[in-house]
Amino acid sequence: MNHRATEEARWVRLTLIGTTLLLFFCFLLLPLLVVFGQAFSRGVDAAWESLQDPDALDAIRLTLIVAAISVPINSICGVAAAWCIARFRFPGRDLLVTFIELPFSVSPVISGLVWVLLFGANGWLGPFLDRHGVRIIFALPGLVLATMFVTLPFVARNLLPLMRSQGVSEEEAALTLGATGWQTFRLVTLPKIRWGLLYGVLLCNARAMGEFGAAAVVSGHVRGQTLTMPLQVEAMFNDYDWVGAFTMAGLLALLALVTLAVKLTLEWRMGLLGEALL
Amino acid sequence: MSLTRRHALAAITSSLLAAQFDAPASAADALTLLNVSYDPTRELYRDINRAFAAAWKTKTGGTVTINQSHGGSGAQARAVLDGLQADVVTLALAADIDALAKRGLLAADWQSKLPNNSSPTTSTIVFLVRKGNPKAIKDWGDLLKPGVQVITPNPKTSGGARWNVLAGVTWARKQPGYTETSEADFLKKLFKQVPVLDSGARGATVSFAQRELGDVLIAWENEAWLAKDEFGADAFEIVVPSVSILAEPPVAVVEANVEKHGTRVVAQAYLDFLYTKQAQEIAAKRYFRPRDAEILAKNRDRFPDLPLSTIVDFGGWPAAQAKYFADGGLFDQVYVPSK
Repeated sequence: MNHRATEEARWVRLTLIGTTLLLFFCFLLLPLLVVFGQAFSRGVDAAWESLQDPDALDAIRLTLIVAAISVPINSICGVAAAWCIARFRFPGRDLLVTFIELPFSVSPVISGLVWVLLFGANGWLGPFLDRHGVRIIFALPGLVLATMFVTLPFVARNLLPLMRSQGVSEEEAALTLGATGWQTFRLVTLPKIRWGLLYGVLLCNARAMGEFGAAAVVSGHVRGQTLTMPLQVEAMFNDYDWVGAFTMAGLLALLALVTLAVKLTLEWRMGLLGEALL
Repeated sequence: MSLTRRHALAAITSSLLAAQFDAPASAADALTLLNVSYDPTRELYRDINRAFAAAWKTKTGGTVTINQSHGGSGAQARAVLDGLQADVVTLALAADIDALAKRGLLAADWQSKLPNNSSPTTSTIVFLVRKGNPKAIKDWGDLLKPGVQVITPNPKTSGGARWNVLAGVTWARKQPGYTETSEADFLKKLFKQVPVLDSGARGATVSFAQRELGDVLIAWENEAWLAKDEFGADAFEIVVPSVSILAEPPVAVVEANVEKHGTRVVAQAYLDFLYTKQAQEIAAKRYFRPRDAEILAKNRDRFPDLPLSTIVDFGGWPAAQAKYFADGGLFDQVYVPSK
């Protein structure tokens, strides 16, 4: 055995690579293939037709609207939170860092139930909202709130380590040279963090579109009105509409793949593969 | 629909806190109803809604859009309690609508407001077995034979499952030497044969038909026929047991909500429509037993006559609920999860 001390034995390498490839195949590739296989089981036309269903179109539209509201808001909040935490010292800062990650550790069902308990007809604010004819639960605002809660950490969590490692010297220099706070942020900080930010936004978006648990609780399951794409998948599956269900699932998977492709392209174009973004 | 959509867009543009406001009641020419229903009625109401919208157009000249929400009967009642804006509820059993009445969403005597206990259709509980009936299942007693796996949903969450249990108990009560203990004994033996409890009737059907679990599915008659249609007539057979129960899925206007939405007239018309010949024909086509004697007689081949108990034999839903399904009730006492 005359290999270098820093190199694993050949069989170790082969086993590790083999296991990784096997896991990759069984747990990532195979389910994906099954989804697309089922979607096209009655031909491409049947799959395409299932997407023309008014309820399916409504689900896609609703999902895009929910993501279009919750992702930008979470991005702004995420940048603000990361900025606060990385730049300032204040009492409760560590607590804030911990709490930002709370949605990751809480079951999505709970994230939905919280809003029902708050805004439901028997919730704290329910009777007040009802008197004024405001609908939050079982309507778009509820879906947005639930989605925002679940996707809150993505942007902040991606930016925090980045901002911490970059330090504040360049911002200090900008301020010393007479830039305003906004100028400093726009011209110095933002370019420094933009790739981390973009990555966070992409992840946030992927999760926002795919969220099931929290959305299921606040949706009310009104067809063509409050079913997002993942909920529509379930509804179609229960309607014995396998082609429709798996086509919609395939569309969601496709969104994830596009997200991945965009991310890789960005990294490759910036020559930053694997660096600073992870 | 377009009204809510417009309000949805308003919610985006104004601010996060802006919410969907109720559609003003004045828009009399474009009405929207929300029918909150249980699981196996999707196909039924898809047809009914189309027919009603057309009838309403002819009668009043106005358009009405009926939105549907489906889920387990108990869960749906819960959602309406939490503020889901149902104009009408069409659920699996009266107990779930009673729960709404208890919170003042509709009058306590709601069930006397429409004919036939407010149940425009009935159904019963039958068995669905695999082609050729390999386990030779003919009656409730055969479900208890060793090696027979029974699929039925969870009676805690599913209205259909509660009818299943009571149908089985009906049989147990007819056995010679019946006592209160033999009832508990029957349920204990029955649920020992159940490998998985789905939360709703449709989930149980999918387990049996798609995932190929179990030898026999205890199901709504309409659900059994639909599964036969969906999966090919040569995949399954329907077995009608010697006795079963008359299941009466009731309908009601949610008074508190129609008052707010200004939809009382159209909601009432919608439920009245369910009793018309046209709707009864649709129901029969979708395998729900029509109340209309003539239409029922015409479809006798799909709806065989068999001795049926009714919920009255169990002292009504409140009594049945307390005895069998409430926390600590008979089901809790006999059910031991298999894994």
